[in-house]
Amino acid sequence: MTYLTLSITLIFVVIPLVLSKTLNLGLERDTIIATVRSIIQLLLVGFILKFVFDSESLLYIFLMVTLMIVAATHNARNKGASIKGITWKVAVTLIFVEVLTQGILIGLDITPPTAQYIISISGMVIGNSMVLSILFLNRFTAEVESHQDETELVLSLGGTPKQAIHTQLINSIKASMIPTIESQKTVGLVQLPGMMSGQIIAGADPIQAVQFQLLIMFLLLTTASVTSVMLGFLSYPTLFNQRMQLIQKS
Amino acid sequence: MTTDYKPAIHFNHVDYSIDGNKILRGITGSFPEGKITTLVGPSGAGKTTLLKLCNGLLSPESGEIYIKDKGIDSFEPVELRRKVGIALQSAPMVSGTVYKNLALPVELRGEKYDKKEAESLLRDVGLDEKFLDRKVTDLSGGQQQKVSIARTLVNKPEILLLDEITSSLDRTSLKEVEELITLINRKYGTTIIWITHNLQQALDIGDYTWVMMDGEVIETGESELLRSPANDRVKSFVQGGAQ
Repeated sequence: MTYLTLSITLIFVVIPLVLSKTLNLGLERDTIIATVRSIIQLLLVGFILKFVFDSESLLYIFLMVTLMIVAATHNARNKGASIKGITWKVAVTLIFVEVLTQGILIGLDITPPTAQYIISISGMVIGNSMVLSILFLNRFTAEVESHQDETELVLSLGGTPKQAIHTQLINSIKASMIPTIESQKTVGLVQLPGMMSGQIIAGADPIQAVQFQLLIMFLLLTTASVTSVMLGFLSYPTLFNQRMQLIQKS
Repeated sequence: MTTDYKPAIHFNHVDYSIDGNKILRGITGSFPEGKITTLVGPSGAGKTTLLKLCNGLLSPESGEIYIKDKGIDSFEPVELRRKVGIALQSAPMVSGTVYKNLALPVELRGEKYDKKEAESLLRDVGLDEKFLDRKVTDLSGGQQQKVSIARTLVNKPEILLLDEITSSLDRTSLKEVEELITLINRKYGTTIIWITHNLQQALDIGDYTWVMMDGEVIETGESELLRSPANDRVKSFVQGGAQ
C-alpha cells in the first residue's frame, strides 16, 4: 500500500467527524487526537520494528520485549492496587509466561529465533497476559471483598489461608479464563482473527495463515491459564498476615 | 469477679483499632473456666471484636491475651482456633447438605467425617438425624443456627464463643438452643462466652456477665449485677432494655 492510498483511507475518519459534528456528539477533538496519535505511534513502531528486524540484534529484541512487559505491568497493576506488591507479582507472571512460551516455541523449533517471530508473538502473548491479569485482579478483589464471611468461617474452623480463600481463588481463575476459551469456540464462525486476516490480506496462503492462527490460539490458552493461576497463587498470601488472619480494612 | 476461678481466658490491657479507629480500649479481665459468661452492651460496643481476639481471628494492637495461662501467640493459629471455637452471627452456611457443613472442620484437616458421628452430633443439637442429607437452604433460620453451632462443636472446642446465635430464633428454638448450650457447659465443662442482646437470657443462662460500651468493659460480675448495676451507664442501659 502506498502512502497516497493510505491517505485516502482517512475518509474513514472523516465519516465519524461529520456524524459527530452533525449530531453534536462533541467527539471531533477526541477523534482527531486519536487519529493523530495512532498514526504517529504506529508509524514509530513500524520504523522501530523495521530497524530491529534488520539488525537481528538480540539486545534490541530483549529491549523490545522488556518494554512490552514494563508497559503491560504498568497497565495491569492498577486493577490490583489493594494487593501488596502487585507490581512485581504482575511483572514476574508476565516474564514467566513469556519465557515459558518462547522457550517451548524456540526450544522445540516450532518458530525460528528471529526478531520477526519473537517480537510479534511476544506482543500477542504479553498483551493477552496483561488483559488476563486485569480480568483476574478485577474479579479476585471483588470476590475477596464480598465473601469475607466465608473466608472467616473457614479460618475460624481451623482452616489455613489457602483453604479459606480457595473458592474465591478458583472462581476468579475460571472467570478470567472464560473469555479466552469462549472466543476460541466461535473463532472462524463469527469473526476471522486479526492476525490471520492480516496475513491473508498481505498475500499469504490461507492454510498457512490458519496454521499460524492455530498456533497463536493454543499459545493463548496456555497464556490465559498460567497467568491466572500464577497471579492467583502469588496474590492470595498477601491478604493474610503471619497469624493467618485476614488483613482488616476499615 | 474471677478470683474464685481459674481463668480460661485472661485479657490484660488490650487495645484494638482498625486504621486508627479505636474499637477496644484497655480491656482487662478474665473469663472463668467451665462457666458461662455473657457479653452484653449496645451495638458497636466491640463485643464481636473481643470474641475474634479470643480465637485469634484478630490480634490485639497492644496488651496481652492468655489462654489458660499461656500467651495466645504461643499457640499455632490453627491449633488455637480448634481449641477455641467460635459461632459467629454472620457465619454463612456452605451450600449443599447439612452433612457437608458438619464435615467441613474435619475435611479442613484432610480427614473424612464419619456419618454416624455426624448423626449423633445432630441429635445432640436437637435435630433429627434425617436432616443430615437435607440441603441447608431447605432449613429454617433456627435449624440453620443449630447446624452452625454443631459445626463449631465438631472440633470439640474447650472454649466456645457464641455471637448472638439466638437473635433470629423463635421462642421455642431459642429455649432449645439455651438448653443445648447449658448442657454442653455442664456435660463437658466447656467454657462459654456468649454475646447476647437479650438481658433476660444473660440472667437465665449466664454465670457471669461483662457489660461493654464504646470499646470498654464498664462492669463485670455475677449475672445478677444486671438486676442492680453499680454503674449509672449500665443502669440506664439495663433500664432501656436490650438495644
